[in-house]
Amino acid sequence: MRIAIRGGRVIDPAQQLDTVTDLFIAAGRIAGIGEPPADFVAEQLIDATGRIVCPGLIDLCARLREPGQEHKATIASEARAAAAGGITTVVCPPDTDPVIDEPAVVELIRRRAKAAGQTRVLTLGALTHRLRGEHLAEMAALRDAGCLGVSDGGRTIASSRVLRRALEYAATFNLTVFLTPLDPELGQGLAHEGQVATRLGLSGIPVAAETGIIARDLELIRDLGVRVHFGRLSSARAVELVARARADGLPVSADTAIHHLHLSEIDLSGFDSRCHLRPPLRGLRDLEALRAGLASGVLGALCSDHQPHEPDAKQAPFGDTEPGLSGLETLLALSLRLARDGVLPLSTLLERLTCGPARILGLDSGHLGIGASADVCIFDPDAEWRLTPDTLRSQGQNSPFLGWSLQGQVTHTLFEGRLVYARDAHD
Amino acid sequence: MRDAEFLIEAMAGQLRDLLARRGISEPVLVGIHSGGVWIAERLHQRLEIHAPLGRLDISFYRDDFSRLGINPQVRPSELPCDIDGRHLVLVDDVLHTGRTVRAALNELFDYGRPASVLLAVLVDRSGRELPIEANVIGTRMKLSAGQHVQLTGPEPLQLTLQPAP
Amino acid sequence: MSTTHVQLDPQGRLLHFLTVEGLTRRHLTEILDTAESLHSVAERRVKKLPTLHGKTVVNLFFEASTRTRTTFELAAKRLSADVLNLNIATSSAVKGESLLDTLRNIEAMQCDMFVVRHVQSGAAEFIARHVKPHIAVLNAGDGRHAHPTQAMLDVFTIRRHKPDFPNLQVAIVGDILHSRVARSLIHALSILGTGAIRVIAPRTLLPAHVENLGVQVFHDLAYGLRDVDVVVMLRLQRERMESALLPSEQEFFQRYGLTGERLALARPDALVMHPGPINRGVEIDSRVADGPQSVILEQVTNGIAVRMAIMSITLGNHARPLEETA
Repeated sequence: MRIAIRGGRVIDPAQQLDTVTDLFIAAGRIAGIGEPPADFVAEQLIDATGRIVCPGLIDLCARLREPGQEHKATIASEARAAAAGGITTVVCPPDTDPVIDEPAVVELIRRRAKAAGQTRVLTLGALTHRLRGEHLAEMAALRDAGCLGVSDGGRTIASSRVLRRALEYAATFNLTVFLTPLDPELGQGLAHEGQVATRLGLSGIPVAAETGIIARDLELIRDLGVRVHFGRLSSARAVELVARARADGLPVSADTAIHHLHLSEIDLSGFDSRCHLRPPLRGLRDLEALRAGLASGVLGALCSDHQPHEPDAKQAPFGDTEPGLSGLETLLALSLRLARDGVLPLSTLLERLTCGPARILGLDSGHLGIGASADVCIFDPDAEWRLTPDTLRSQGQNSPFLGWSLQGQVTHTLFEGRLVYARDAHD
Repeated sequence: MRDAEFLIEAMAGQLRDLLARRGISEPVLVGIHSGGVWIAERLHQRLEIHAPLGRLDISFYRDDFSRLGINPQVRPSELPCDIDGRHLVLVDDVLHTGRTVRAALNELFDYGRPASVLLAVLVDRSGRELPIEANVIGTRMKLSAGQHVQLTGPEPLQLTLQPAP
Repeated sequence: MSTTHVQLDPQGRLLHFLTVEGLTRRHLTEILDTAESLHSVAERRVKKLPTLHGKTVVNLFFEASTRTRTTFELAAKRLSADVLNLNIATSSAVKGESLLDTLRNIEAMQCDMFVVRHVQSGAAEFIARHVKPHIAVLNAGDGRHAHPTQAMLDVFTIRRHKPDFPNLQVAIVGDILHSRVARSLIHALSILGTGAIRVIAPRTLLPAHVENLGVQVFHDLAYGLRDVDVVVMLRLQRERMESALLPSEQEFFQRYGLTGERLALARPDALVMHPGPINRGVEIDSRVADGPQSVILEQVTNGIAVRMAIMSITLGNHARPLEETA
């Protein structure tokens, strides 16, 4: 299929490109920018006038709930949601059921994703067997099966001894280790330990639950040379710790979830279970520091931390609900709001959503270079829309942004040169 | 607008005669909040009654709770003595449907078993919905359903007639 | 930040009673005045009013508490309501039925009021948001969040002895962190304009930023009790020792237990209060609990009138049409 995308503002942060031009796609790959390749005859034309054309987004953390929790969502349902959100690569953490600690699970997810054909689903393998933090997982086999790295799957490893050995072993096979820092004991609460939790009588999660673990992990990796990525940072102090470690030359990177840049503990008022998240929404000072960290590059990627739930999981008193939100379809629009708010320039923002996360994953992707896989997101930066349950394609309707007015809407998503999403409205 | 004091004077006369006829020497006066209490206070003074005055707030006994809820200005009911075997005089400002008096009787019987209850009202207006009649009446008024008669007080005590809207 | 709370109707009248926070002095005064009218009912021959005749009150207790349930039951019965007690801690919830399913089932029994106690903060509010509109919900304690009827009976008791709130100093002593009673009482006292509210506890038993609730923080009991008019002691649960918040009951009593000697530091007529049940010798000395300054049993008595008032006000507001006639 040969596709010509005409007249859009093409922004490719990897090439520092930001200009109104045409993009040509052939055989699933980028075939030309500005000039079509010789003998190019487009079979399909997409008019991108007034729109922005950028690499498809790469989301470092999205739970697709399959295998194991198909009552919440499936790879097929969430791949469709990703395509609607302009996301062409999602990274699935290993806390599926069964856990991604053997090649068969990797293979199963790959097969389901291929059948869905809407987005690329990459997997992280488990760092420890069954994610129990006791015995090492078969990391070499997982790498060979296609895992891009290994991870604690959202369950911080309590034992420093086990973690140190797991880090050493991962380093042996040149695997990046993806960690989510939250002390299993200190992090047992329901909300940020602050004035809102005090008022509502919710048990608190202090910032030290995050920073204590980061500090430990940074000391453990100091001499190991292993690459570590800290996912879903939530506090100002955590950004400071990672910034200092990077300044010291440690091979660490970090990301945060987009909702931590828009919501704070205040949004829990009224016990809104849609804002029951882990790590918890913190104070406004933390929100500002995370925004600054994203702008400076200490946080090299923005992710959705997508966690779709069935309605029952959120229909209960706050403490009886499951944490997490459905975020694939709001990642782009909520990110664009940051650029409009002047937090960071648009091209830098898109970098944090495309080649930034690609670099963390060690992939040569997230760009529109000639020959790259034609993963493309086209969006109307001015289109205003309201998030409603009807607009959500994800099986999980648990978004605290329902009812919000958003600006910036995906009109087309191309995955490996195929149009996997087109907004019907006025096309 | 009418001055209520001379109506109360007339009530005092009627009540004195009635009590004498019935041979009641130590009656207990019980006013219904608010207007009934104001009138009962004056009768109490004029008839030089020894037993202290009782005050009833019938808010918790009303039969229209399911439509109107609780009056936010509810006050405590006080019956200062044991009413068992006593002769009571229940005093209210306006006798209209009879429902207030019914509620007051119900409340009184939760305090004890009086020997008798007389009813004294300032105004007996038309519109009765229950078989209740007063023994002592300041004045009678024939009013249409939409008309409203109201006692304001405690100083001065005045009757106001509001025409149908 | 505080939009109209689910417990108020568009005209600001109480439909449910979930939390004291966000209410006005007018709301609290109405409850206290109504309770005052109901207080003498207990001294009559017939201790019953016909107000809620024909209404059904359901005690929905997801967390066992015989004492609190009994006072709500008595309050409802004194108002002539029918009462149904459901101890869900031991029935369906355990068998995996969701809270909403439980709710729908009980609603189907044609009830008018739910009195809810639950281990989770926000549970009563959750239920209020999901019940049919004719049902009033009273919070009988949700997690660490609120116990608003207890707070109202506490301020009712204080008002009967010391009505001048702006000139009062009140000290709340003990496990503030886990106490829904303390949170609700702090709000009620602030709304009534209390001169000073002190909390006295070791740091492990104080929530973060507690001073933002408008209280003065003391860690030393002797210092904190100086010149106070009211001392509210909180119950200390045994679990606090197991979760490493305190070393022992003995050490707690030595530092924070209310003894006669310490009470002498407060004003000579200071009231001693406790929401019950008391741990004698853990947070309070028996001689103080039973002493002349103790109003602990009065609190229990007052609890009935206060709960009767709240029941009749909320159910009454459900009945009353919005366009109020003068």
